[in-house]
Amino acid sequence: MSDSWLIKGAQVAGLGAADLLLAGGTITAVGAGVSEAGAQVLDASGLIALPGLVDLHTHLREPGREDAETVETGTRAAALGGFTAVHAMANTEPVADTAGVVEQVWRLGRAAGYCDVQPVGAVTAGLAGTRLAELGTMADSAAHVRVFSDDGRCVADPLLMRRALEYVKAFDGVIAQHAQDPRLTEGAQLNEGEISGRLGLAGWPAVAEEAMIARDCLLAAHVGSALHVCHVSTAGSAEIVRWAKSKGWPVTAEVTPHHLLLTDELAVGYDPVFKVNPPLRTAADVAELRRALADGTIDCVATDHAPHPVEAKETEWSEAAFGMTGLETALRVVQQAMVDTGLLDWAGVADRMSVRPARIGRLTGQGAPLAVGGPANLTLYDPAAPAEPVSAAGASKSRNTPFAGMALPGRVVATFLRGTPTVLDGKLA
Amino acid sequence: MKRHLISAADLSRGDALLILDTAEELASLADRPIKKLPTLRGRTVVNLFFEDSTRTRISFEAAAKRLSADVINFSAKGSSVAKGESLKDTALTLEAMGADAVVIRHSASGAAHRLAGWVRGSVVNAGDGTHEHPTQALLDAFTIRRRLKGATARGTALDGIRVTIVGDVLHSRVARSNVLLLSTLGAEVTLAAPPTLLPLAVDTWPCAVSYDLDSELPKSDVVMMLRVQQERMTAAYFPSVREYSRRYGMDTARMAKMPDHAIVMHPGPMNRGVEIAAEVADSVRSTIVEQVANGVTTRMAVLYLLLGGTEFPEVAP
Repeated sequence: MSDSWLIKGAQVAGLGAADLLLAGGTITAVGAGVSEAGAQVLDASGLIALPGLVDLHTHLREPGREDAETVETGTRAAALGGFTAVHAMANTEPVADTAGVVEQVWRLGRAAGYCDVQPVGAVTAGLAGTRLAELGTMADSAAHVRVFSDDGRCVADPLLMRRALEYVKAFDGVIAQHAQDPRLTEGAQLNEGEISGRLGLAGWPAVAEEAMIARDCLLAAHVGSALHVCHVSTAGSAEIVRWAKSKGWPVTAEVTPHHLLLTDELAVGYDPVFKVNPPLRTAADVAELRRALADGTIDCVATDHAPHPVEAKETEWSEAAFGMTGLETALRVVQQAMVDTGLLDWAGVADRMSVRPARIGRLTGQGAPLAVGGPANLTLYDPAAPAEPVSAAGASKSRNTPFAGMALPGRVVATFLRGTPTVLDGKLA
Repeated sequence: MKRHLISAADLSRGDALLILDTAEELASLADRPIKKLPTLRGRTVVNLFFEDSTRTRISFEAAAKRLSADVINFSAKGSSVAKGESLKDTALTLEAMGADAVVIRHSASGAAHRLAGWVRGSVVNAGDGTHEHPTQALLDAFTIRRRLKGATARGTALDGIRVTIVGDVLHSRVARSNVLLLSTLGAEVTLAAPPTLLPLAVDTWPCAVSYDLDSELPKSDVVMMLRVQQERMTAAYFPSVREYSRRYGMDTARMAKMPDHAIVMHPGPMNRGVEIAAEVADSVRSTIVEQVANGVTTRMAVLYLLLGGTEFPEVAP
């Protein structure tokens, strides 16, 4: 049996309905009436073909918190969500701040085989925010790290942030900042506004994010280095990124699916499944984030998939862990928030969820348009699948999805990683 | 009435009036030689206190005992909670013991809300973090009505009564519950505080806001002082305790600016010399001791109504 695949009649951006022949890990033919040549055939009529999705922001929890997620379970969830590459964040135990840890994560990803796992290196040793981790050594390692982030914590020290931005220029690196002023968010629990005031939960002001983003944009401009802003969550943050880009500064930004759909009003029942960092904001913020993603101010959607075990969420709000899962629902949420609202077409989705995140992550072999000679990484998606309520139980080891029970449209039908299916008919292949 | 009392927003005007009027009925018991009623005999009330609060706990304990309920006091200190047991496991334990009502005091906002999802009995919020303390608001409303309306109080609400709440509104569960309940009952509430101690979106609350206490005093029927917590004094909410006291403390000079009939309230425990001067606290206008006594009768009314006591108290001797 051949290991080549013929995908028939999928909707390809710019081409309309087309056939795609995948062989030897690459796309070998695109167009109408491509000959089967002994390939296995997948009827994709009515399905959207997207270049395999790339997530810039994933917490796989391994090593250290294998009770919440492992590279294996997390990448299964990623494949089911249509992803062919994820960036594994550095806040593991031990922290991914040495070549040893990033190489371990990279090898675990290769062994799992469900998608490419690109480790992110910590900016500061132990995420402690006091001295730089060995960034160059991680860059030179087998894991080939280019994105560095203390995500979960902010590199708050302006001098350290400046040095990090400058230093990674030597190997075309990018600093992905978790923008959160620590003093303005001491004990903070929920977006500061009407809801936090009513619920008596310590407020998390938008300015704590916006002021840090503004500072970092100025630093990036000053030293001419690449800044990527993680999980932009407020209208003001989008405005600052728009301003920085208007100056031609090397700034990129991401938004999470949950910040495109959910608001702080969901906290009224004190269910910590809605507790996340940065916090859910207001409907006005959601509208502005959607607009900024549509006009390209925000470059990409990144899940910030943050699995936690049940006991970390079955507790008082203030005791609960921050974070929500998101890999398996990301594309459906983007359809609901961006496509079904007319803000973005499918070519736009391909750009924001594959092309641009791959470019920001300096990934080769990912995020390429579906064209002859390109890598056979692709996702087949059925946007017409009836809206089904999301189940909390998925491939992720954790169940802290804020979308549980919510009806979302669409369905990921198949995912191909270098020509090999990782998902077929909505199930792991 | 709802099954739980978690927020003052759970109470309609009719519910609140029913509680206040029931408390009036029960208050007349306090004058009888035998104060105990058989209405909740065989029912179990658990006082689940994760935070030290002797005054609130004994108030609920006295209330439950005067209704003949069995009372279990569960204090987090020295219990399994101190050893790391979760709120959920504690709730399941209480559930297994068959608690009909759980009175919970907790340092986390929303703890009562969470508990209500895990137990079958009624949950009464006795203070959750910086969220709410609805029985305090009920006893305050009861005290205001009695003091200002005397014998004609029963059956009436607080329409048109002007209440000024002074101090750390941002962190006050007492203020949150009072704003909601007093406005439900028709009172005109004004918050007087430095801007640092008001929630950012306080303009969405059903009350007015002032930074100037002195201008509010002549138009107030009630001035309610809030406690200044020790930890606020060092966290840049105001420059110094002295300055706070000068601008927002209730002293005799300020009391003199109030109308003759107006009263001064404080939920306790007081910082004498900080938010309230000793002369004011001990004056005839102060309702502080009455508030404590009224706390028992109001909480009796709440437990009675939530647990659907079988025999309504006979008022006749």
